[in-house]
Amino acid sequence: MIPELGTFALILALLLAIAQSFFGLVGAHLNRQSWMAAVTPTVAGVWVFIALAFGLLTSSFIVNDFTVLYVATNSNSALPLMYRIAAVWGAHEGSLLLWVMILATWALLVAGFSKSLPVAFRARVLGVLGLVGVGFIGFTLFTSSPFARLIPAAQDGADLNPLLQDPALAIHPPMLYMGYVGTAVAFAFAVAAMLSGKLDASWARWTRPWTVAAWMCLTCGIALGSWWAYYVLGWGGWWFWDPVENASFMPWLTTTALIHSLAVTEKRGLFKSWTLLLAIFAFSLSLLGTFLVRSGVLVSVHSFASDPSRGMFILGLLLFFIVGSLTLYAIRAPSLKSEGGFAIVSRESFLLLNNALLVAAAGLILAGELWPLLMDAFDLGKISVGPPYFNLVFLVPALPLVMLLGVGMHASWKRALLETRRKQLLIAAGGAIVVALVLLGIYRSIGAPLTVVGFAAGFFVMASALIEPVSRWRSGQSMPRAALGMAIAHFGVGLFVIGVTGVVSYKVEKDVSLAPGESTAIAGYEFKYLGAKPVTGPNYEAIEARVLVTRGGKPVVDLPTQKRVYRVQRNPMTHAGIDVAWNRDLFVALGDDLGQGKWSMRVQYKPLVRYIWLGALIAAIGGLVAILDRRYRSVRVTESPALKPGAAGETA
Amino acid sequence: MTPRRKRMLAVGGVLLGVGAAAALAFKAFDKNLLYFYDPSQVAAGVAPVGKTFRVGGMVTKGSVQRAPGSLEVRFVLTDYAHTVTVSYTGLLPDLFREGQGVIAHGQLHDGLFVADEVLAKHDEKYMPPEVAKSLKHATPPEDRT
Repeated sequence: MIPELGTFALILALLLAIAQSFFGLVGAHLNRQSWMAAVTPTVAGVWVFIALAFGLLTSSFIVNDFTVLYVATNSNSALPLMYRIAAVWGAHEGSLLLWVMILATWALLVAGFSKSLPVAFRARVLGVLGLVGVGFIGFTLFTSSPFARLIPAAQDGADLNPLLQDPALAIHPPMLYMGYVGTAVAFAFAVAAMLSGKLDASWARWTRPWTVAAWMCLTCGIALGSWWAYYVLGWGGWWFWDPVENASFMPWLTTTALIHSLAVTEKRGLFKSWTLLLAIFAFSLSLLGTFLVRSGVLVSVHSFASDPSRGMFILGLLLFFIVGSLTLYAIRAPSLKSEGGFAIVSRESFLLLNNALLVAAAGLILAGELWPLLMDAFDLGKISVGPPYFNLVFLVPALPLVMLLGVGMHASWKRALLETRRKQLLIAAGGAIVVALVLLGIYRSIGAPLTVVGFAAGFFVMASALIEPVSRWRSGQSMPRAALGMAIAHFGVGLFVIGVTGVVSYKVEKDVSLAPGESTAIAGYEFKYLGAKPVTGPNYEAIEARVLVTRGGKPVVDLPTQKRVYRVQRNPMTHAGIDVAWNRDLFVALGDDLGQGKWSMRVQYKPLVRYIWLGALIAAIGGLVAILDRRYRSVRVTESPALKPGAAGETA
Repeated sequence: MTPRRKRMLAVGGVLLGVGAAAALAFKAFDKNLLYFYDPSQVAAGVAPVGKTFRVGGMVTKGSVQRAPGSLEVRFVLTDYAHTVTVSYTGLLPDLFREGQGVIAHGQLHDGLFVADEVLAKHDEKYMPPEVAKSLKHATPPEDRT
């Protein structure tokens, strides 16, 4: 009964979403007030029925209803409750329901916080979101229903993939999806602006907080995935340029560009058509990512077993939204004139460079992602594009981007040079180089050729981000939240760069074969294998090896590492032992029984690795602070006054 | 600057940027493309010697050997027509096992494929698409489970 109710709720949600897009788009077009007034209740209705469907599926997981095919294939009665809930989005069907659930939630939030927007504009935004909803609720219902029955019922479930039984992975997909789907809001604002033919500073001001919110979720989601891969999957790697990682990184790059471009559109009325295009790109890349993962065109660690009909459906959706929005863009963009110009050295030109570099990086990653598919399609050989390609094409735009960031933060709108902050910037740059050299001294190695550049750039950005808050604090001035958020986010970027530089330059990895009592040394740490014994977990058996780490004869930590075999799926899984300190991680992973009491092990020293995720987290917090700026709360339909030159760091 | 000159400058800048990006992409592709060969192609001498490429196939049952206590492991990859012996020193992925499809990344030396990386994906039903394709024409001599 429960799954049938779930299907029924989805059907009602689909019908309401159709009504939502119809009343929103057609109502605004014909200017029928009563139709537009009907949009808000439909948005609430869609949310209620999707939430009902989601709750019903979750309850099927909680009570172990193995008459539901999706529950039987992805859960098990021995699975702890927390993972039975996380298993709801552990495979294709449920994760789509989550996608739709998050879309409905975004739409509800937009409806709730946009009461002060012009009626027709608001109706259009919600109408476009309704259209996206129709596509994806339809996709869920017609190709991937999580409520299909299994008759006769299974004795017990096939269990959740052991790799997914992890706290970080329980929240990684919802976070990432919130980001992915959040780009739909910026997209809806862009399409509504094109439909109404009006794009002014207030449009940019409405769009900014939603875009930043999506960006924030995307940042956290990607960072969580990276962290999970580091300790569960990757044997200590934090980024693999895996096709699915790229699928989430490309929307991140374009959304980052969009945030910056929106700043120019709001403050200076420039880059209008470019901003629209970026909003379309960001959403299209999110859809493309969904298509590439769900269709089975790309196979990676993340992709679920997939079938062609699903791929065709998403391809159809993808084409509809991309072709539709680009056609609208071609018709409407020429009428959206930007007003005014700017000098070669100005905040505008720095932001233009920022956009060019971010989009170039996204484009080059996209090329690496699609090239093997093209080669294969034309039978030109089976190739793959590996990490060296992506490292190179990402680093080339990213390095100047980071270096320009430290300076660009202090450039003023329109024309100003950097006189006001020249002294502080020089001190920051000099200090950064000194600190970078000191770090090289501490690690007693010059490292990779780019090590000193990476450290110096990272410290420079951090120092530069602090200039404005510190000087305001010292003179007793308050700082607008948007400016403070920007400073925090850029500080996070600098910290991230330090982390990446440290771990790439000075990490040590070693595969060893050890008998009990034997030891191996890396980076001044001695790893002594004490012995292994069997242990039992709630739903797995494991061999646990204990490794004692000492430094200069003094004990540092006793690291246990496990090789687990989960009872239902019988897949072995390594559970690494990790010791965390502010300046490094020590990492031990147990390999195979080599015979004669010896085990293979991978021991690793990962300097500064934590700053990669901490930097990302701080950047996301910066986004949150910026959203809370008072400007966004009291939205009035007025033009924002153009900023006076010289008031650098005011907002952006 | 006249608006016209400004526009020319902008168009020129965009073209220059796109050109530079394209040049970078092609150069990076040229150096970092990895070709995939199946064991039959390796046996026929199509695959290059002393150059990095990827080879994929099923791990032949009973072929995994290692000297006790040693990190080096050898196994035989097959596409049910030809085989190639792979040597790898280090930790094998969790899901590496006999009868499973894997991809090895490395170089061919004197008929032995010396791998620096072995990939087996986390899903037990998973088969690398390249391997699946190269097995399409061959019939497995035994039931693989």
